[in-house]
Amino acid sequence: MDLEEQGNIARLVASGQHDRMVAMLGTPNPASTRMVAMTLRDGDPSYAGPLAGIPLGLPVYHILEDQVRENIDPDVYEYEVGPMEFVLDRDGIINALQFIREAKAA
Amino acid sequence: MSVEGVVQPVVRSAVFSMVHVPGIVLSGSKPRREIVHSKNGLRQQIVSNFRSFADAVAYPPHQVMLGNLPPEALSQIERPWHLHPMPNALPEGPGGRFIDEATFYAWMARGDCARLLRFNGNLPPAMETALAAHANGAKIQKIDKTAMADAIVNGAEPFFMGDTNPVGVLLPAHDEDESLMAPVLLENAAAKVTGAIALLDLLKKYNDLPVDHLLGCGEEAVGDRYQRGGGNLAKAIGEMAPGSIAGGTDVKSFCAGGIHAMLFGAALIASGMHRRVVVVAGGSLPKLGMKFRGHLQSGYPILEDVLVGVAIDLTADDGISPILRLDCSSFHRLGQGSAAHQMTDALSAGPLYAHHLRLSDVDRYAVELHNPDITEPAGSGNVPFNNYQILAAIAAKKGEIKREQMPEFVASHGMPGFSPTQGHIASALPYLPHAIAGLTTGTMKRVQFVAKASLFLGRMTGASDGASLLIERNPSLISHQQKKGG
Repeated sequence: MDLEEQGNIARLVASGQHDRMVAMLGTPNPASTRMVAMTLRDGDPSYAGPLAGIPLGLPVYHILEDQVRENIDPDVYEYEVGPMEFVLDRDGIINALQFIREAKAA
Repeated sequence: MSVEGVVQPVVRSAVFSMVHVPGIVLSGSKPRREIVHSKNGLRQQIVSNFRSFADAVAYPPHQVMLGNLPPEALSQIERPWHLHPMPNALPEGPGGRFIDEATFYAWMARGDCARLLRFNGNLPPAMETALAAHANGAKIQKIDKTAMADAIVNGAEPFFMGDTNPVGVLLPAHDEDESLMAPVLLENAAAKVTGAIALLDLLKKYNDLPVDHLLGCGEEAVGDRYQRGGGNLAKAIGEMAPGSIAGGTDVKSFCAGGIHAMLFGAALIASGMHRRVVVVAGGSLPKLGMKFRGHLQSGYPILEDVLVGVAIDLTADDGISPILRLDCSSFHRLGQGSAAHQMTDALSAGPLYAHHLRLSDVDRYAVELHNPDITEPAGSGNVPFNNYQILAAIAAKKGEIKREQMPEFVASHGMPGFSPTQGHIASALPYLPHAIAGLTTGTMKRVQFVAKASLFLGRMTGASDGASLLIERNPSLISHQQKKGG
């Protein structure tokens, strides 16, 4: 996640309604999933961007998770995600998110 | 396929000019910016990691560019490929030729119509030899060390041959015009000259028909302050060729410019307006050394040290060369979606399915053919492999193959990337010499060329772009080969 994106998210969250927000990721691999999820929950781990030291605590989901897919119109999902389900490392991405969620619970 | 009154366009040849220019890597956008701000000898670090001309020639992906090695052969060579140079590698092949830095500077002198080049009064012998052999009688203007230093202080862009002393400079053409600053002019001149080398080589190969029109498809912006990017570098390239060439036009669409230009050229022939159109482009100087950080960190030589130009010969049907299926081509349309899979669906599956062809009916797909040894150390991934995976996933979604057959689809319809990261050049075009051979003397039936473009980088739109073109074995050749076969 680049610094400009971090700034946009920081401004959006600061504008209010934090409790109604969730972050939906479309990250392409487990490493980027873990990094972005950590940034949105605990703040920028590299301490380089506007979210450094700002734990937003946002719930983070990935577009490939079943609970997300089940809540999206199948035609929309097929158009927006479609074949990428076959390309991306779905299990690795979901495991990365699970790791972050469990780390939070601990 | 044939429609009455419509001339069938074919692609007869594609010739690449490859130029090894480590000394100009220092003028590439990324090294140039970073060296200025560096305090730890970055320039020396970069220069120490330059490779020799012989190493660049023997580099396996470059041998694929020259047509001396099929792309598939790279799958059998362990990576990184620079550790496995080809023995007895030649600097030329059916796909083009490779020239060294000194020869390139001589060509720069030959193309210096504005008389802005100044050479160092004390040149290395190799440079003097090259100027005598390749400058084509152009007047070589030399200046001494002090005058050269003054010129650089006043905005001239130096160029090198290895060490810290410039072998020459390009002067700015105006004191205040940002479009005519020396770095901009060097970029444009390098594009002009590399395109001209490819064009002249093509004309040596095929001189049977006059060229009616040149279509430029490069990414440089030629013009002064009142028409920055006004263009028509095609005509400037044509001016360096002997004889008379009727006209020229530049076609722009970032990296997809080459396929757009091939489609327009084919349409000019199909309409009967022209009999022969050559698509030309020079190399992209700003992209030299673009990923040098990744290469230094990985202990690689600076792999982005090559400029590439191209000339693609389109003519009316000759009964042999592969035909350009204008009816089975595609331009990415606004509203079609810019996600990778959406673009692939629109550009690859769309035109094929409209003509009752499946993705599996295409022998090979030429996509963005960036060499992964260049991109992966910089974190940019394996671009062609990712593209082939998406193609395979779409084939699986459409029921052509099973999901578990995707790796097999990638292996049989794709290829390893082998192109220098030269933007518009790398976008499918490097496969042309291989496709033309495969569709004439080989066993292939059809190849799809697909190019994509990141228009959003120019900040004028959020859109992407792309175009595709299907190339097939000539039906006359098929019937001839069938008769011959009995």
